[in-house]
Amino acid sequence: MIINLRVWRQANAQSAGKMVSYRVENVSEDMSFLEMLDLLNEDLTVKGEEPIAFDHDCREGICGMCGVVINGAAHGRASSPVPTTTCQLHMRSFADGATIDVEPWRAGAFPVIKDLVVDRTAFDRIIQAGGFISINAGSAPEAHSVPAPKIQADRAFDAATCIGCGACVAACPNGSGMLFTAAKITHLAMLPQGQPERYTRVKTMLAQHDADGFGGCTNIGECAAVCPKSIPLDTISALNRDLMKSLFRKDGK
Amino acid sequence: MAITGLIMVGFLLMHMYGNLKVFLGADSFNHYAEWLKGDILYPLVPSGVFIWVFRVFLLVAIVAHIWSAAVLTGRAHAARSSKYAVTKRLSQTYAARTMRWGGVILAGFLVFHLLQFTAQVVTTGFQAGATPYDMVIASFSQWWVTLAYAVWVAIVCLHVRHGVWSALTTLGANTSPKARAFLNGLAWVIAIVLFVGFMIMPLAVQFGWVK
Repeated sequence: MIINLRVWRQANAQSAGKMVSYRVENVSEDMSFLEMLDLLNEDLTVKGEEPIAFDHDCREGICGMCGVVINGAAHGRASSPVPTTTCQLHMRSFADGATIDVEPWRAGAFPVIKDLVVDRTAFDRIIQAGGFISINAGSAPEAHSVPAPKIQADRAFDAATCIGCGACVAACPNGSGMLFTAAKITHLAMLPQGQPERYTRVKTMLAQHDADGFGGCTNIGECAAVCPKSIPLDTISALNRDLMKSLFRKDGK
Repeated sequence: MAITGLIMVGFLLMHMYGNLKVFLGADSFNHYAEWLKGDILYPLVPSGVFIWVFRVFLLVAIVAHIWSAAVLTGRAHAARSSKYAVTKRLSQTYAARTMRWGGVILAGFLVFHLLQFTAQVVTTGFQAGATPYDMVIASFSQWWVTLAYAVWVAIVCLHVRHGVWSALTTLGANTSPKARAFLNGLAWVIAIVLFVGFMIMPLAVQFGWVK
């Protein structure tokens, strides 16, 4: 296959970026999208040009490191019914000779570090603001001593599949991180271990979300459509319910 | 945003119902209009007071709604200061996409609507001080008034289509994929009921079924 790429190149956070065209030859349709970028980078390195910087790690769709906007869709899923991360997107999804636009996540809270790499530490700060449970770590307790209802446990596990890739923010017309925050809130709120801090967590995490410059949610639904882990939009309603309940509770003394 | 929006949707449903009183004849419609402005909650409150309480209530809702929208828009722009070269829309509706400018446009029409029928500063084929029934007949007998009104109501109903779903979701009603489908369906039903309910009366006047 021959692929024509238009890739966002930006030397660092301060400099202005632009779309640059490249032609990639000898692309196998069995290559992943990232392997195709590897191929281009080898070529650029041989030519003495700066290779394109992009984030990646496991390349198995489970770590949440990779992620670029491909032809305007975060992770490049486009109209395919199969949710995917960029590393699990294969070149057979594209036509021979196709022109593909590749851009970084664009969000105020995710500044570009270089080319396609963005700084997602804003997500870490949201987690640090309350995405944890405070327990005394000792020996593992008897599992049966804390029953978790099946339905809630399933829902918690579904929400916990969020890998924090940031596609929801990238796809949201408002640049909102609500789906990510809601996934973390739902994950912890559904389990018995998450109850003690349930109603302070929702406030502190949301406050950090807003403080980091994410936009507000207007229930458009683009986030859930690009989520590689199919985090459902209803987690956002779950967050909102907890937030409303938290307004009628004391935070402390 | 959600609460003030739902207040206004409630008002629209009441307003639509009231408009349909035109079909009961001039006396019924005029009497209803007079009751709205005078006798609600009378003698609990003095005659003509409730309407002002209600107007202030609606005005506060509108101002709070616009203020929330402005804050959200400002945050959204700050959160997406650098634009994508290409954007592929996957799940957004036309209604969702046009909430902001649609809201501005429908607010503009609303000002005209109030100047036309409440303040009677802009008269469309009637004299200021005419009875409500005469105002309606004189206005909607003109094709351009009916057309402009139809465009406005369509914009309002698009706003309601996303607004009802979004408001209920914000208030926590979207509990499952099934609930999501139901809420979207409900939003469509309310939008269509409002469009049909608001358009029957002007069209009936336009085509001479009501004189």
